This record gives sequence, structure tokens and C-alpha cells, in this order.
Amino acid sequence: MAEISKEKLLWIYEAMVKIREHEERVAELFAQGKIPGFVHLYIGEEAVATGVMAHLRKDDFITSTHRGHGHFIAKGGNIKASMAELFGKATGICKGKGGSMHIADLDVGELGANGIVGGGIPHAVGAALGIKLNGLDSVAVAFFGDGASNQQNFHEAINLAAIWKLPVVFVCENNLYQISLPYSKQQVIKSVAERAAAYGIPGVSVDGQDVFAVYEVAKEAIERARRGEGPTLIEAKTYRFRGHFEGDPEIYRSREEVKWWRENKDPIVIFERTVLEKGLLSKEELEGIKEKVKNEIEESIRFAEESPWPKPEEVLEDVFSTPTKGVLVWQW
Amino acid sequence: MAVVREITFAEALNEALDYEMSKDPKVVVMGEDVGRYGGIFGVTKGLIDKYGDERVKDTPIAESGFIGTGVGAAAAGLLRPVVELMFIDFLGVAYDQIYNQAAKMKYMFGGKAKIPIVIRTVSGAGASAAAQHSQSLHALFIHVPGLKVVMPSTPYDAKGLLISSIEDDDPVIFIEHKMLYGIKGPVPEEAYSIPLGEADVKKEGKDVTVVATALMVHRALEAANKLEDEGISVEVIDPRSLVPLDVETILNSIKKTGRLVVVDEAYPRCSFATDIAALALNKAFDSLKAPVKLVTAPATPVPFSPALEKEWMPSTEKIERAIRDVL
Ligand SMILES: Cc1ncc(C[n+]2csc(CCOP(=O)(O)OP(=O)(O)O)c2C)c(N)n1
Repeated sequence: MAEISKEKLLWIYEAMVKIREHEERVAELFAQGKIPGFVHLYIGEEAVATGVMAHLRKDDFITSTHRGHGHFIAKGGNIKASMAELFGKATGICKGKGGSMHIADLDVGELGANGIVGGGIPHAVGAALGIKLNGLDSVAVAFFGDGASNQQNFHEAINLAAIWKLPVVFVCENNLYQISLPYSKQQVIKSVAERAAAYGIPGVSVDGQDVFAVYEVAKEAIERARRGEGPTLIEAKTYRFRGHFEGDPEIYRSREEVKWWRENKDPIVIFERTVLEKGLLSKEELEGIKEKVKNEIEESIRFAEESPWPKPEEVLEDVFSTPTKGVLVWQW
Repeated sequence: MAVVREITFAEALNEALDYEMSKDPKVVVMGEDVGRYGGIFGVTKGLIDKYGDERVKDTPIAESGFIGTGVGAAAAGLLRPVVELMFIDFLGVAYDQIYNQAAKMKYMFGGKAKIPIVIRTVSGAGASAAAQHSQSLHALFIHVPGLKVVMPSTPYDAKGLLISSIEDDDPVIFIEHKMLYGIKGPVPEEAYSIPLGEADVKKEGKDVTVVATALMVHRALEAANKLEDEGISVEVIDPRSLVPLDVETILNSIKKTGRLVVVDEAYPRCSFATDIAALALNKAFDSLKAPVKLVTAPATPVPFSPALEKEWMPSTEKIERAIRDVL
């Protein structure tokens, strides 16, 4: 295990429990009918977003997926505003126009979750192209699932990044399912990381439940990108503890399988055990963070509940940036 | 009056790109064969020599990938890409990046994102390029909120509208008719912009309004000039941008003439033609002295044989007949 500063360890723990607490409360609020639409939770996969984001700065970019709350939180997105967004409130980060599948915070380089599987992967490549042409030392990271790695956008974007040697890291969160289709029926290769060979870039597979392992491979990939040596494909083997979306009957996998992962491969438990055994953090420090995070999430929920609905006339706003002559937003 | 030199439509576009690239280092050109080759219709010729292969980027055949890359670079606020989609017909393999990503990002993100990307593409029949290289699919863009759609008909308009499109902070689909690249017209050497949303009355008249775009503007003008000899006065309006649309100029003309013919080189249903007809019926019904006439291609794929393709396209004769019909 590489040396990680105490400050960073505390940050990692806080990010992971913040994602967990956020998602558990969102599940409850969704069940109570307070959050409309589709909600895809990230519980079980916290170590991936956190281990990668531990190396990113505010001026680095990420693109995310329909399962994007974890990426958003770990990138430092505004949590009160994102909770309000999930409720569809006027104070939401997208003014109630995006919702769970489109959570974005451009202020921290979060270029958006995406309702189209694989749709955001080229956007990270575009951000990386912009970084390179502007002579900056930022990087861009594309998060996507194993299902998305079968999509044209994955192949086209990774090839562009490879030929242009762009500062981008592709992070495949292989949680073993594409809704109901298991990984073994999507691809014949053992690991998504093997696909890197086809594009002449490094590919690494890592235990996505072990944040220290993710941290290490992400460090190398991100440093490589920052040095101008081009893209890397990381496959984090992970597992979603809940259904594909809230309300999923989960007929495609057994209770036992889910139970095994929850009991043996919980990334937060693994982290706690490691830092306590090695004496890196104390029980009190961990408890203190949990308490702080709980309060923060409760506060975000209060904020969301008390926030007003958007005004009906706002439906016509935010379509275009540059005003012009003629009719732009058509109404009969 | 100073004599303005005449250049081709393709050269006019090239000058607009050159001007924007010289002015703003964030403007980059991307697409298949846009570099050394200069674009298959020659529009990006010479740019690579001036700006290098980092800013004039040849791409693999990966339309979704490189258009999406342009969208990401624009959304990140780092570049103002001008991306070439070699033929509008290839839209299918990249459409998601245009209508689900570029067009919606600003709205979905509550207004925060700006997506200053121009997608230049080639449309239209007349070159015996058959069904997968000849379509006029602008309706597929007009239909989607969040996109601006520009379709010039003259070299002068092409230069001024492309400059405005690149300087615009929204996704602009810039559609070039392949049969127009070679036509010549007066174009000032200096840079100038034509605002989006401003129609051009290509010919004034008082008996019938004809709304037409791109190549069809020229056919409408031919028909109008022929009829002029018989004492029929036709007003020809080129909207130039289909989104935003200069509704005012079109409606004022219909109110003046009381008659409308729309010419659209596209499939007939849910088209630009039906859109303008619906506009007239909604907003100028009382002024209409005759039913609105539409001249469009038929609802078939574009045929290959010149004999069939000629029949497929709206012709000067068909436009002339339509004008006579509404009189
Ligand atoms: C282009 C596209 N096809 C299908 C869907 C429906 N859909 C949403 S999520 C999903 C599964 C995605 O699987 P994966 O990429 O592995 O991500 P995970 O849900 O496992 O995190 C599907 C099929 C979609 N949103 N977009």
C-alpha cells in the first residue's frame, strides 16, 4: 500500500460515507414518493469514484453516467443543490430541469451525468483535447459501466484519445450487470481492461471494492495523463448492492450472491478494518466523520424539502445561450 | 461603387473559417479529410498550412466519437470546435451526440453550460450520389429544441452566416448544399457577419410569396424571373436560418401578397415546408386568398439515375406551376 497522508485518508473516508449516507437516504425518500423519476444508486461502488477522485483537482474534468451521484459527490459537487435537484426544486443544481440522471456541476468540472449509456465518454475526450490544445496540465476522467463498454462511443472515443495522446483516463465500473445481463454474456473476454490492447494503451483491472487498490492504479494513470503520455483504461471490478434502479425486482441474481458481496466486499467496511488495524485512523475519528456527514445530508434534505418548485414560466428558459433575431423557442 | 470580387461558395466558407481561426485560438476544425486533403469539397483547403494539425484535425471515421469530442470540448469551455460531418446522410451514426447531448446540455444543466460548436455538413441531391449521399435532412435538426440550423444559398450569405455561427455560443448545424459549392458571387474580402434569424428577401414582388432555402432559392428565382415576363410579380424569401426563424419577414410578405408557395428539397411530411404552411395558417389565415402550395420531393429515397433524380427534385417548372396554381 502506497503512503497516503492522513488528510487524504480522512478525505477518502468522508467521501465514501457521504456517498453511502446520501444514497441510503435517497432510497428512503424515493420509496416515500418524495423523489420523482428514475433513481440509480451507487451503493457498493463508493471506492471507485473515491479512489479516482482522490487525485483530481477542481480544474480536472469528469463525465458520469445514469448512476452518477457518487461521482458528483466525490468530485466536490454542491450537495444541497443536488438534493434539491433530485426533488425537482427550483434551487436544484439544474434548476429542476435535469434530475438524477443529469446531475452536473460545471463549477467543479463535473460535465454531467448522462441518460444515454456511453454518451458521455467522448465528452471527456473533448475536455482532454481542450486541455491539451490550451496547454493546461488538467486531466479528464470518463466513468462508465461494463454495459457501456460495448457502445460505439466507448470504442470511438478511446481510439481518438489514443491516437491524439490525450490526458484522459477511462474508468469502467464493471459491476457485473448491464441491468439484467451478466458480464459473462456481454463479452467473451475476461476483463474489460483487455480492450485497451486494441487501442494500444495500458489497461489495468483492479479490485473496485478496495479503495487503496483503486487509489494506486488511478494515481499512476492520472499522473501518466498529466505528464502527457496519453490515456489509460482502468477496469474496477465492483458490485452494486441495490437493484439497477429503485424498484428493480432483481430477478436476474440470487439473494445469496448479493448477501455475499454485502458481507465480504463492502468497501467502507474494508477501509475501516484496514485503517484501524494499521492504526492509521482512530475509531473516534471515523465516528466523528460519520456524524458530520449525517448532519450534512440531513441538512441537504431539509433544504430540498423547504425549497420552492420552479415557476411554470421557467419551462421556456435555458434553451439557448446567444440571443438572436427571429423566433428561437417556438410556440404556436 | 467599388467592384467586389466574385468567389465561389466553397471559397467564401473557407474565408470565414480562416478569419475565425486567425481571430480566436479556441476555434479548431475537425473531421474526416479536413487537413491536408482540405475537405472533400475543398472548404478547409490550406487551413492546415496556416494553423497546423493540432487545430485542423483529421479524424478517423468515428462520427459519434469526434462530434461528441467537439461537444465535450465546447461544454468544458476550452474550445469552439467546427466539426465537419462529411454528408448529412451520415447523421444516423452520430445523431445521439447532436440531439441528445449538444442540444440538451444547456437546458438539462439549468442553463449553466454553453455549447459553442458548429457542425458543418453537406446536403442535397443533384449529383447522382444516390439515396445515402443526397438527402436533405434539415427537418431532423429543426425538430429538436436547442439546435440552431443555418442553410445559406449564396457565397455572400455563406461567409457572413458561418462567421456568426462560429461566434454563437449555441450548437449550430450549418448545412451546405453540394450543388452550390461551385457557384460564384460577390463576396467582400473583409470579414462581416450576417445575424442568425434574419431572412433575406432575394427578390421583391407583390402577387405571391415563395419561401425557399439553399439550392431551391435559385430555382425559385428562375421561376420568378420567368413569370415576371408575363407580369406576375413573385417575392422570393430565403430564411437563411431555419432556427431561429424570421417569422416576421415571412408573415409580412404573406400579408402583402396573400399567397404562399413553400419550396423544400426534402421529404414532404413533417418538413420545413409543412412547418411554414402551418405557420401561415396559424398566423396569417385571414390574409390568404388561396390554399398554400408546397413543392417538395416525394416520399421516396433519392434515386441514382439522373433521369429519375431530376424528376425527384423540385424543379423550376414545378415551382412555376405551383405559383400559377395559387394565382
Ligand atoms: C443508449 C442506451 N441504451 C439503453 C439504455 C437503458 N439503460 C440504462 S442503464 C442501462 C444499463 C447500463 O449498464 P452499465 O453500463 O453496465 O452500467 P450500470 O447500470 O451497471 O452502472 C441500460 C441498458 C440507455 N439509457 N441508453
